[in-house]
Amino acid sequence: MARSARPLGPARGAAAVVALAITALFVAAIAMLAAQAQGAGRLGPADWAALRFTLWQALWSAGLSAGLAVPLARALARRRFWGRGALMLVMGAPFILPVIVAVLGLLAVFGRAGVLNVALGAMGLPPLAIYGFKGVVLAHVFFNLPLATRLILGGWASIPAERFRLAQSLRLPLFPHIERPMLRAVVPGAFVAVFLICLTSFAVALTLGGGPRATTIELAIYQAVRFDFDLGKAALLAALQFGICLIAASAMGLLPARDLRDGAMDRVVVRWDGQDTAARVTDALVILLAAVFLIAPLLAVAFSGLGGFGAMPAAIWPALGRTLAVALAAACIATGLALTLALRGGRLVAVAGHLPLAVSPFVLGMGLFLMLRLVVNPLPLALVITALANALAALPLAYRALAPEARAVRLAYGPLAASLAMPPAAQLRHLYLPRLRRPLGFALGLSAALSAGDLGIVALFANPGQETLPLLMYQLMGAYRMEAAGGVALLLLGLSLALFWLFDRGGRIDARG
Amino acid sequence: MLEVKALRVSDGDFTLSADFALPQGSLTVVIGPSGGGKSTLLSAIAGFLGSDAGQMLWGGVAFGGADPGARPVSILFQDNNLFPHLTAALNVGLALNPRLALSSQDRAKIADALTQVGLSGMGDRLPATLSGGQQGRVALARILVSQRPVVLMDEPFAALGPGQRQEMMALVRGVLCAAGKTVLMVTHDPQDAAGADYVIALADGRADTPISAARFAAAPPERLAGYFRK
Repeated sequence: MARSARPLGPARGAAAVVALAITALFVAAIAMLAAQAQGAGRLGPADWAALRFTLWQALWSAGLSAGLAVPLARALARRRFWGRGALMLVMGAPFILPVIVAVLGLLAVFGRAGVLNVALGAMGLPPLAIYGFKGVVLAHVFFNLPLATRLILGGWASIPAERFRLAQSLRLPLFPHIERPMLRAVVPGAFVAVFLICLTSFAVALTLGGGPRATTIELAIYQAVRFDFDLGKAALLAALQFGICLIAASAMGLLPARDLRDGAMDRVVVRWDGQDTAARVTDALVILLAAVFLIAPLLAVAFSGLGGFGAMPAAIWPALGRTLAVALAAACIATGLALTLALRGGRLVAVAGHLPLAVSPFVLGMGLFLMLRLVVNPLPLALVITALANALAALPLAYRALAPEARAVRLAYGPLAASLAMPPAAQLRHLYLPRLRRPLGFALGLSAALSAGDLGIVALFANPGQETLPLLMYQLMGAYRMEAAGGVALLLLGLSLALFWLFDRGGRIDARG
Repeated sequence: MLEVKALRVSDGDFTLSADFALPQGSLTVVIGPSGGGKSTLLSAIAGFLGSDAGQMLWGGVAFGGADPGARPVSILFQDNNLFPHLTAALNVGLALNPRLALSSQDRAKIADALTQVGLSGMGDRLPATLSGGQQGRVALARILVSQRPVVLMDEPFAALGPGQRQEMMALVRGVLCAAGKTVLMVTHDPQDAAGADYVIALADGRADTPISAARFAAAPPERLAGYFRK
């Protein structure tokens, strides 16, 4: 008969301010762009082609990722094998892997002179082309297969072992009675998540796509701003992008927020099916193929990087410093905003926390740029804009990491804190910060790593002397200095992993109680 | 004296009415079936639920409009009574200073309170290293050092074994009531009623007038007959 007491969180006013500020910022950014439009920009056939390509590649990427994740998750759920833990670790990597680094690795394996095409050539088979539609989808599957597998594996792990035992004793076939209902509940969520991520894909499209037949809306916005300086068209495209993302994001919002650090990952479901040879061979093959697909590009980055360290230009060290500064600033801003929102909780706050998913970072960056231009010369502030835009891009992930745990703390200890008359600052210091150490560390690490590896907004603004590592790497690749690019890739990879690891560790070490 | 006058509280489509007065230093048990409104009553007095009508007073001063933290009331929940990342001493200290800026005087008070509940020298332990009964004692020590005269308890010892339950009841009486605290405890165990001064029967959203524990034992109210029938 425990009636839940009214949940009381501190900083309710601050959360409202943050939620309003974020919303206002996005609205103002789009309005600034629209106001700049010289005459009504019109969408030409190339823009409609970009829309079609965006949807089409996202559908394929999401379908393939979710589809391939089902047998992979099933194999991982019911097999124990040597190296399973290591494979799980590798499956976590693409999430914080800088896109441009992964693209370099994929090129080394699937590119024109890559391992695969050399092998195909030796067998007298025609080479596989990585640029264009296939390359974009390939890269998206590389990034999102692990994510989809995690989500679906979580579904498998959540089935109680007793249910398998019951089905076994009743001689029920497992698939229709246990696995199909679970998949029906979990797979759509994985599909929508991947679809949404691929909708706003920029760096992959920039490096592997391009041209009239493989341009995403995001890339078209970039081109409209960077090359044509057609802000009206950029604003129009941004509105289009906003509409699509809003639809997808609301679909995402309908799905329950999941803890990204699903502890169930480590569980092997004890079960007795699939012990025949055919099932064993299939599972082994699935796991082996997935492992090779995910690990080979990473190995390629490591190998080419070790060879390329000597070829790196001196400009990398200041770029490393800038990258680090932007990443740390973005991490602090993103986590601070997410914490303020998460402490408050509630539906409207959740909408604000997810809003950045629907707005192109270019539109936001461009809007900030135009707003700043009203008061100062924004050019020297390119890195500030970058940090802010990266922080907002990371906000939804940080929010999703913090919100469920902040809610749990609020429900469990909010009444006690209220009855003890703890002021908001004391609640923050003695209750929420200590209880939320782990998700805070995770959110900081994730947003720092994502920001360090981001090749987006910085590509739009950075002037010579303001490059970050991903931009420097992109420029080196553009100049066909692949050795040097490889060295930078390894450095950037190390930086991203180190940032994530340090913060995430920091949240776990000595976390009491 | 704690006075609850013509109180009406609604929680969803459930309504509770109560009217009673309890002398200072007394131990009163609220007993009745699940869903009868026991927790609603405590939530209303503690300030987690607003009331529709009536008054609540301590020493003749109404506190019904105040925030939970500004009422003359401490509360012991069913669980989550201690912050798991704070030591026993700091958990007690929250009642002296919710910002935990504790003076040496405060620390002496904390050590004294922990000794009174039988936890002397255990102030530096984290809750996870204490047994369930010991955790309950830490919460009692916190209530003891607080300046608040009224203590509400929501089935606080439900998770303890019978022996520990009796020990805790003895502590509540021997330490809290002895210190002048007025205790109102929700329970569904008739055994707890035996050790109380007064019993309030609560069913179907209506709280009866308090009766003495002896009278309750001799003739349980007709309304609770269904609840007690084996």
